[in-house]
Amino acid sequence: MATLEIRDLHVSVDTENGPKEILRGVDLTIAGGQTHAIMGPNGSGKSTLAYSIAGHPKYNVTSGTVTLDGEDVLDMAVDERARAGLFLAMQYPVEVPGVSVSNFLRTAKTAIDGEAPKLRTWVKDVNKALSDLDMDSDFGNRNVNEGFSGGEKKRHEIVQLELLNPKIAILDETDSGLDIDALKIVSTGVNRFAEKGDKGVLLITHYTRILRYIKPDFVHVFVDGKVAEEGGAELADELEANGYERFLKAAAK
Amino acid sequence: MSTETLVATGNKAHSHGPGSPVPLQARSERPTSYDVDVFPVPNGREEEWRFTPIKALKGLFEDTEPTETPKIDASGPERVTIETVVADALKVLTPQDRPSAIAWKQSPSALAVRIPNEAELTEPVHVNVASLGGRGYTHLIIEAGRHSRGLVIIDHTGAGELASNVEIKVGDGAELRVVSIQQGDHDSLHLAQHDSLVGRDAKLKHVVVTLGGKVVRINANVRYAGPGGDAEFLGVYFAEGGQHHEHRLFVDHEATNCKSNVLYKGALAGDHARSVWIGDVLIRAAAEGTDTFELNRNLVLTEGARADSVPNLEIETGEIEGAGHASATGRFDDEQLFYLQARGIPEDAARRLVVSGFFNDIIGKIGVPEVVEHLHEVIETKLARTAELSASAKAALGQ
Ligand SMILES: Nc1ncnc2c1ncn2[C@@H]1O[C@H](COP(=O)(O)OP(=O)(O)OP(=O)(O)O)[C@@H](O)[C@H]1O
Ligand SMILES: [Mg+2]
Repeated sequence: MATLEIRDLHVSVDTENGPKEILRGVDLTIAGGQTHAIMGPNGSGKSTLAYSIAGHPKYNVTSGTVTLDGEDVLDMAVDERARAGLFLAMQYPVEVPGVSVSNFLRTAKTAIDGEAPKLRTWVKDVNKALSDLDMDSDFGNRNVNEGFSGGEKKRHEIVQLELLNPKIAILDETDSGLDIDALKIVSTGVNRFAEKGDKGVLLITHYTRILRYIKPDFVHVFVDGKVAEEGGAELADELEANGYERFLKAAAK
Repeated sequence: MSTETLVATGNKAHSHGPGSPVPLQARSERPTSYDVDVFPVPNGREEEWRFTPIKALKGLFEDTEPTETPKIDASGPERVTIETVVADALKVLTPQDRPSAIAWKQSPSALAVRIPNEAELTEPVHVNVASLGGRGYTHLIIEAGRHSRGLVIIDHTGAGELASNVEIKVGDGAELRVVSIQQGDHDSLHLAQHDSLVGRDAKLKHVVVTLGGKVVRINANVRYAGPGGDAEFLGVYFAEGGQHHEHRLFVDHEATNCKSNVLYKGALAGDHARSVWIGDVLIRAAAEGTDTFELNRNLVLTEGARADSVPNLEIETGEIEGAGHASATGRFDDEQLFYLQARGIPEDAARRLVVSGFFNDIIGKIGVPEVVEHLHEVIETKLARTAELSASAKAALGQ
């Protein structure tokens, strides 16, 4: 069973005034077959957690461990983490001028699988993944994320999720900026991925509306760089009703 | 002897991307002449020399006989005539600086490539110029007859110091593509002036590919002989440590309803890799209906490299279709690298993808398969070398 284990993770970023600690001891275990939601106020460190797991060079892990099926993730380069089975759908997907989506997808798939995909089935797979996310096959000829609307960028992330088929997917606010139809389409895509079995999903979100379509097994409230409380889907409803106030007070103590 | 002065009025200052200065550059009072003495030996403070490492060019400022005759191999389809002619057979070009005037004077004859009227070439003309290690001068004339279509590829290789003049005349209604590749050895010097005259309703695509050489400096100028002309100027360069690649353009719009489009893109990697791009466009009062755009982009891949980019647009008439320019110099974007790596693509391959993406549009526009293929190969080699260098630099730092 696929398992991502995060233990006592501390992460800081370099600022003009020296290092600033953002994650202060995160503990989290995501196993295949589970969907976790992380909710928390702006600036609490949710994206920092996602980026640190993916290996963004801006974030320095000062202590703690992250393992995937027992393998030390922190010791791997960014691309090695992806090949090991981690996927991060980014809050702000990056534009790559001059690189077509189809070239990008093929290059990524080849890197992940260690061999080039079979041309015939691949073209079909790409077109299906695009149309599943309600994206025209013309997107294949466009440059990666260049000129994409906010919603198109998010859908493109899920296209990649489905094609690259990782073990663990971290979705950083994939729901924000989506209209209600797009939200359903994206949620359906994530569920399709999860139903392949033995897939772990970590969903970072501000809103419970996506949790109507993607049912979390666990909800974690993230405050001030760590998990403040854990519960089931009902915790999300409480947050929706009362906000983060109770947790912020607790953190301030 | 003729002396012509190009006067540009109303200089405007523009911003040219992060960190670059805003020079007030006048095209005015810049003589062109066949007389070497009109051009004193540059001291490096002149507007047209201030970016150039003139110390390295001493030999090419000396008005002396060549020490070698560069080896030229020219071949093309049967209908094309390739022959030696007297130097002043065409005179589309008037030297604009000392090396060009010296090259003109010191090469008593020129090689002329002539595409007959209405000929439609299906194969390119190749002109291979090899500098053997001494100092040499070349003079090339390319004439495309009325309503002809053709492609001429000039390939410069070798070890020495070369100054060359290239004259290009595109006959009325003709379509000519000229590709000039500069890929001399690491210590070679190459100064060149290319002057083009585009006929009525004619089309010129002028492509410069600069990949090698210690100092390469190309002045590319275009004028229009009649209305309806269309000139596209494309340039690709990749300067590595210790290389200086300089491209200067001057598009002179005087005829009505002519078009010009300039697109130059360059990458720089390594210590003291240097590029200079100057794009002067002058729309004279008579040039109504002009449509012009120029764009230069530079991608700085490592520390220690520097790109200067100065577009200049002078407009003397309001009756134009459009005029615009843009210039940007950016560092390699680590976020792009992260995004690609986060999808499993190894760092080297991700870097290659970003750089080939940067060049993708211009390479597509070049549209000459043999040139495009070669360009891809050389870019790959250069990127591999850059990766090696940065890997060994990291190792030296004990990272
Ligand atoms: N270079 C930096 N210098 C100072 N602070 C930084 C730097 N980079 C990130 N931070 C801070 O780290 C904190 C956590 O940021 P992060 O993006 O992880 O928050 P988030 O929980 O994802 O917020 P949001 O819900 O708004 O997306 C923020 O307060 C942010 O300002
Ligand atoms: Mg965030």
